Amino acid sequence: MRVAIFIPCFIDQLYPQVGIAMVKVLRRLGINPEFPAAQTCCGQPAFNTGYWDEARQLAQRYCEIFAGYDAIVCPSGSCTAMVRIFYPELGVTPPDTFEFAEFLVKKLGKTDVGARFPGKVTFHDGCHGLRELRIKSEPRLLLDKVRDLQLVEMDQAETCCGFGGTFSVKFPMISYAMDEVKAESIKRTGAEYVVSLDSSCLMQIDGYLKRHKIPVKPLHLAEILAST
Amino acid sequence: MNPFHPSSLIPHPSDSFTTASTAKAGDLHHRAVIQKNIGSYDAAVARGKSRYANWQEARSRAAAIKYETINHLDRYLEQFERNVLANGGHVHWAEDAEQARQIILSLCRQHGVRKAVKVKSMATEEIHLNDALTAAGIQPVETDLGEFICQLRGEPPYHIVTPVMHLTKAEIAQTFHEKFGTSLDATAEELAGIARAKLRQEFLTADMGISGANFLVADTGMIAITTNEGNGRLSVSLPRIHVALAGIEKLIPRLDDLALFWPLLSTSGTGQALTCYSTLVGGPRRDGEPDGPEEFHVILLDNGRTKLLADAEQRDTLHCIRCGACLNACPVYKTIGGHSYGTTYQGPIGSVITPHLRGEEFSHLPYASSLCGACTDVCPVGIDLHHHLLHNRRNSAPRHPFQHLAFRLWAWTMQSTMRYRLAGKLLRFAGPFAKPWTQTRDLPATPPQSFREWWSRQ
Repeated sequence: MRVAIFIPCFIDQLYPQVGIAMVKVLRRLGINPEFPAAQTCCGQPAFNTGYWDEARQLAQRYCEIFAGYDAIVCPSGSCTAMVRIFYPELGVTPPDTFEFAEFLVKKLGKTDVGARFPGKVTFHDGCHGLRELRIKSEPRLLLDKVRDLQLVEMDQAETCCGFGGTFSVKFPMISYAMDEVKAESIKRTGAEYVVSLDSSCLMQIDGYLKRHKIPVKPLHLAEILAST
Repeated sequence: MNPFHPSSLIPHPSDSFTTASTAKAGDLHHRAVIQKNIGSYDAAVARGKSRYANWQEARSRAAAIKYETINHLDRYLEQFERNVLANGGHVHWAEDAEQARQIILSLCRQHGVRKAVKVKSMATEEIHLNDALTAAGIQPVETDLGEFICQLRGEPPYHIVTPVMHLTKAEIAQTFHEKFGTSLDATAEELAGIARAKLRQEFLTADMGISGANFLVADTGMIAITTNEGNGRLSVSLPRIHVALAGIEKLIPRLDDLALFWPLLSTSGTGQALTCYSTLVGGPRRDGEPDGPEEFHVILLDNGRTKLLADAEQRDTLHCIRCGACLNACPVYKTIGGHSYGTTYQGPIGSVITPHLRGEEFSHLPYASSLCGACTDVCPVGIDLHHHLLHNRRNSAPRHPFQHLAFRLWAWTMQSTMRYRLAGKLLRFAGPFAKPWTQTRDLPATPPQSFREWWSRQ
């Protein structure tokens, strides 16, 4: 199986450790992924703001860059949803792109990736992963097999964190209030870590946690699974 | 804009929205009330849905029936009209709010109406009927308890189903105290009793009953009204004239379809298997009948709905049965509340249809969403709500030239790996977001190297 990784611009620039962790897990499972260096962004910011012509240019570019792979793996529910669900809205047929947890569980049939992570974690369902891609059980199946890890569900697991890309800049106070609802729900669990499939959600959540000195650390699922 | 021009004194809806929503977002009392009230709603709806053998199947069937109806709306509207006429009623067609108001005002003049009792109706809110009636010297009396409280407070409904969801019992007792001198410690039962006593007199002295319609039944020419307080029945049977105002999308083809739609509406709206009163009105009083109005009028309201009908992409928004489920599911609605929208229809459905119904000055609403999709998940008639927010953004995007320029530049940058890498370096150096973000939240420490730098150094 010829596997490529798509590292969203956001992760490439701000959370490289997430991409590195994903590569580590994939290699541990015997997959040697390729990283087509021409990749940049899936086009979602333009698409979500309404500039579909600009988004289409990037969608077409993505398809050219990732042509010929059996699978493309991406450590983001949001960017995967852009490719799989929204490229067709732009009239672009996407190549087979998988969110990381989904790839492990559905494509590889793996739930135990040999990880060990001592700690109490709670899981945030990112909206794109949950409602566009219908990913709910996959990350939990994976977390369940991580040695020494305790998962505690929060009461607002499926509630949006309030990021929403440009929404968080256009309506900062609404976004912040939503963040507060989310972060307080996380705090109530007593978890030491909040885990998600999306670094963008985690940046939003961490933005609140840091400001309010709440000692919960954000971690991408890949970082948990890379830990041994 | 000329600052001395009178129009500059009226804030643009987008400015009012930003001000109101920002203020409400920080209102912790509001948040606590709404979370509690929507929390009980959520629990009731979960119980309601559990009564269904297959909720998803019910949704699919409802969507299919609505799809069929909306795609043959011309045929069903004419069938409905024929049947209302055959039952002895009258049908009026209103292209816009002004026409609808004029039809009602002229019926009032014709029949010497001084007082009209009203059943809860968002269509009458949409055309601002109460203001028009009051200006013409006719007293409108809201008889739904929630709407009655709204009227006392001079506020528009906060929510399309539960008009005073934002109020606590204490706040309602305060309003009653100010208006009727009742005790501030009055219990909920006492408050309802006061409203009941006041309203009973209004029912007995009103000349006209004005209702909306939850459904228009094409094959029988009936209207279906859903209430929990019995005020609907009194309003449409005691006064001499009954006028029903309904959007043209409220049609369902057959009386039998109510077996699906009535429980669907009440389950999604309040979690009830059925509301307490499910009323069918089939025309004026017939010979030998003991009660009912002398005249029955139905006004079919367009007011922009045919624009949605003409839009193949968003036609499914006319499936809406106004259950309010998308409002209750929406984290933005729960944060900013119903009044911040400045529209008749709030929440996700409002942000989708208002730019079509009321024009481009409401094109900011589709942007006030994180696109989380919770609305689409709960919609009982399968409207693709959050994707329509995206469609609306696309429709209005060309009108923002500076933003367009920014995204052109952004796309140009992203089309070259070299430009992207350079921009990435700059971004990591300068911080990725402007002040609005960092005023309330902290950013992560920027990493020394990007993923691609790590990859190439391996």
